[in-house]
Amino acid sequence: MIVALFWVLAVLAAASGFLVFRLASMARVTIALLVSFLAAGGLVILLGLAYLGVVVILMMVIEMIIMAVFMIAYMMQPAGLGSMAMSMSHNQRSAAAISAAAFVLLGAGALLAPWPHRAGPAPGNPTFQLGKTIMGPQMLTMIILGLVLLAAMVGAVVLALNRGRYDRFGDDLKQRPPADPARGGIGR
Amino acid sequence: MTLQLFLLLAAALFAIGLYGALSQQAIVMIMMGLELILNGVIIAAAAFWHYLAPGMASGQVIVVVVVVAMAVEMAVGFAVTTAIYRARDVSMTDEAAGLRR
Repeated sequence: MIVALFWVLAVLAAASGFLVFRLASMARVTIALLVSFLAAGGLVILLGLAYLGVVVILMMVIEMIIMAVFMIAYMMQPAGLGSMAMSMSHNQRSAAAISAAAFVLLGAGALLAPWPHRAGPAPGNPTFQLGKTIMGPQMLTMIILGLVLLAAMVGAVVLALNRGRYDRFGDDLKQRPPADPARGGIGR
Repeated sequence: MTLQLFLLLAAALFAIGLYGALSQQAIVMIMMGLELILNGVIIAAAAFWHYLAPGMASGQVIVVVVVVAMAVEMAVGFAVTTAIYRARDVSMTDEAAGLRR
């Protein structure tokens, strides 16, 4: 039963991942990527990591919804209401060759490497094990992850803003505000 | 179900993502390729934890790190897309040659 489930999820993950770059409609592309992630989350649950698998699934559902919004905003054929007007790819042949070579290399490594035997018994509760580790020996990792996320949030807002409040006055705040066609802003 | 099967699936997802990241022109599609690459890494890390060292949580921590990397990639990637689209009206990589020397 579990083996059958593994094969179904594995084929689903790889096939829908492949479809991401084959389908013409952007909406379908997003759904295909979501299916691939859901199958991957299922495989993580199958490996005994129920908590992380559910985290992956929940995060990917939200992420694909956001991605769909950006697809509609930036792509030419958002809903795929017709055939793609133009090809949106380049270097197809060399990209295929490079990725095939990468697959062969990684696959050979996976099959030929002398993997060690399983060390230690499986914990009774993997979620408890993870929680204890990130609140103990891996605390530094979590602190750094928190800082990275904070930097990403600040960076994303700075990049996406049309014009920040400091742009008007310069870095040393000495520059006079420019003639602004739209009134408002800081104290004006 | 063996470690090798999981690693082969991870390698397949990595290769598909690499193909997408190299061959697509739209910035959003390149980000989808990067997400698929990270998807493969998640499966490989979970399989390593389960088959090699379930006694330690290091494999699980790698999964957490990769999930965070995915979130950061999405947020900053879309912010860069927004910035370059606003500045140059560009949503394809081949049009964004302004930084090329």
